[in-house]
Amino acid sequence: MFKKQYESHETVTIIFEGKSLDVEIGQTVAAALLGDGHLIFRYTRVSGEPRAAYCFMGVCFECLLEINGQRNQQGCMIPVSDGMKIKRQLPPKVKIL
Amino acid sequence: MSIAEYDYTIIGAGPAGMAAAITARKHGLNVLVLDEQPAVGGQIFRNIEGLEKYRNSEYHKLGEEYLSGSKLVQQFRNSGVVYLNGRSVWQIDGDLGIHHVSTIPTDQKSSVPQFCKTKYLLIAVGAMERPMPLPGWTLPGVMACTAADVLYKSSGMIPQGKVILAGSGPLLLLIACRLLDAGVKISAFLDTTPRGALIQALPNLPKALRSFGYLKKGLEMLWKLRTSGIPIYTGIQEIEALGNSKLEKVRFKKGMKHPEVSADLLLLHNGVVPNVQITRQLACDHSWYDVQRYWEPIVDDWGNTSMERTAVAGDCGRVSGAVVSEISGHLSALDTVRQLGAITLNERDKLSRNLRQSLQSHKSARPFLDKLFQPRQNQIVPNKEDVLVCRCEEVTVREIRETVRLGFQNPDRLKSMIRCGMGPCQARMCGLSVSEIIADEKQISPGEVGYFKIRSPLKPITIGQLAEND
Repeated sequence: MFKKQYESHETVTIIFEGKSLDVEIGQTVAAALLGDGHLIFRYTRVSGEPRAAYCFMGVCFECLLEINGQRNQQGCMIPVSDGMKIKRQLPPKVKIL
Repeated sequence: MSIAEYDYTIIGAGPAGMAAAITARKHGLNVLVLDEQPAVGGQIFRNIEGLEKYRNSEYHKLGEEYLSGSKLVQQFRNSGVVYLNGRSVWQIDGDLGIHHVSTIPTDQKSSVPQFCKTKYLLIAVGAMERPMPLPGWTLPGVMACTAADVLYKSSGMIPQGKVILAGSGPLLLLIACRLLDAGVKISAFLDTTPRGALIQALPNLPKALRSFGYLKKGLEMLWKLRTSGIPIYTGIQEIEALGNSKLEKVRFKKGMKHPEVSADLLLLHNGVVPNVQITRQLACDHSWYDVQRYWEPIVDDWGNTSMERTAVAGDCGRVSGAVVSEISGHLSALDTVRQLGAITLNERDKLSRNLRQSLQSHKSARPFLDKLFQPRQNQIVPNKEDVLVCRCEEVTVREIRETVRLGFQNPDRLKSMIRCGMGPCQARMCGLSVSEIIADEKQISPGEVGYFKIRSPLKPITIGQLAEND
């Protein structure tokens, strides 16, 4: 859906869903995942439907991911760093009524 | 631990925030700039330093306006301002105590203090795209149009596959042209500007001719689009995004027909609105701007709001673009410098004379553009009742209408009944639509309905971060 137009000048390794990805330094987690072809970032708490990042500028909160064990992190605001562990955000196990 | 106190704290490092910082430093103020983004420049000059350094040929392709940002950034860097990037402001106290955390929560033990005090505050957080709720807009593959711009500037990524642009407004034209320049094949351009909009805007044209540059640029963009060979559909209504777990097709209404086109990416745009989260949290007075259908903080000629020692500059007031934002930043800072006693009233007026003239000239095309690209109520309130308005809590038009009919007729009461506006985005995505839907039910103006009460925390923070906050 998106492709990179130029060669990366320097990369770091992030781990997404257990798989290592070499991604360019200086970009956000959301951009790095999209650049690697990952569109779905989370499944919603209410209906469980898949969602992708929408605004890429910190407004919509659709790109919420689990980063280094912390839930509800805005993937579009956080720059990638070496060894960062990222997971898709699934609905919490305890159903909130 | 001693608490840092600044003369002037600026939130946002876009054109308005940088300009204000430069002027304030020139007059010796002790200035802090807090910005949520990882790099200086705001949205318009996003990643400008990175582009200049690593992708120089693309940097030069972005046009004169973008290049002019480098000069501003350089002055900002050399001004002696304390600049903290990647900081989210989550609460501002009435006495201008500012609480902020790192956007990276695992960074929470970093040495940056999370609280400071300031004598004067400038909010320069800019604008956001007006959410455009329509059937299927939560499907992966549907994005805000500026997302494409962000991804291009920060990561050098361009859309591929079947790309459709839809909506109305100068920014949609700009982004379409930028994508064409980058070699993107656009499958279709769906223009939702209503027929007759141009005629309605004509009375504002003579004034707009005073800043002919803007109109010329607009016409050039239109010409480029028209001659590019991409299919352009005008007078489009009732856009729908279709697909199972991701976007597959886009359907729309053109005259009496409902064509469908296959799509991998749908980029939506329906104009730009001020980001009022902070001015709302501070309970500044706001007014409804009926032409562009948004709220803006009520300000004087220097951007001062109804709250003492608190001003706004740039597009988080009336949306006017980068050049006006920069000028408004300089002007607002000059008045703050005056209020702090560093210059007299006469000196302020003398220093601002040229800026005011330039402001008037750059603003003169705005009433024409605002009217030409006026959003219509039926583009903000979807006519299909099962459309999600609140994306976070998944609340539909139907649920909102039914709850209003039960007697819950203001946004906060709706929120406590059906949770719309209660999710992580804190009503950024649904707030305007909710007020519009209530207004439609009651047949009054959204200005009379009002808006959600915005409370702290402005951004979700962890208990750990809260505990660190002294």
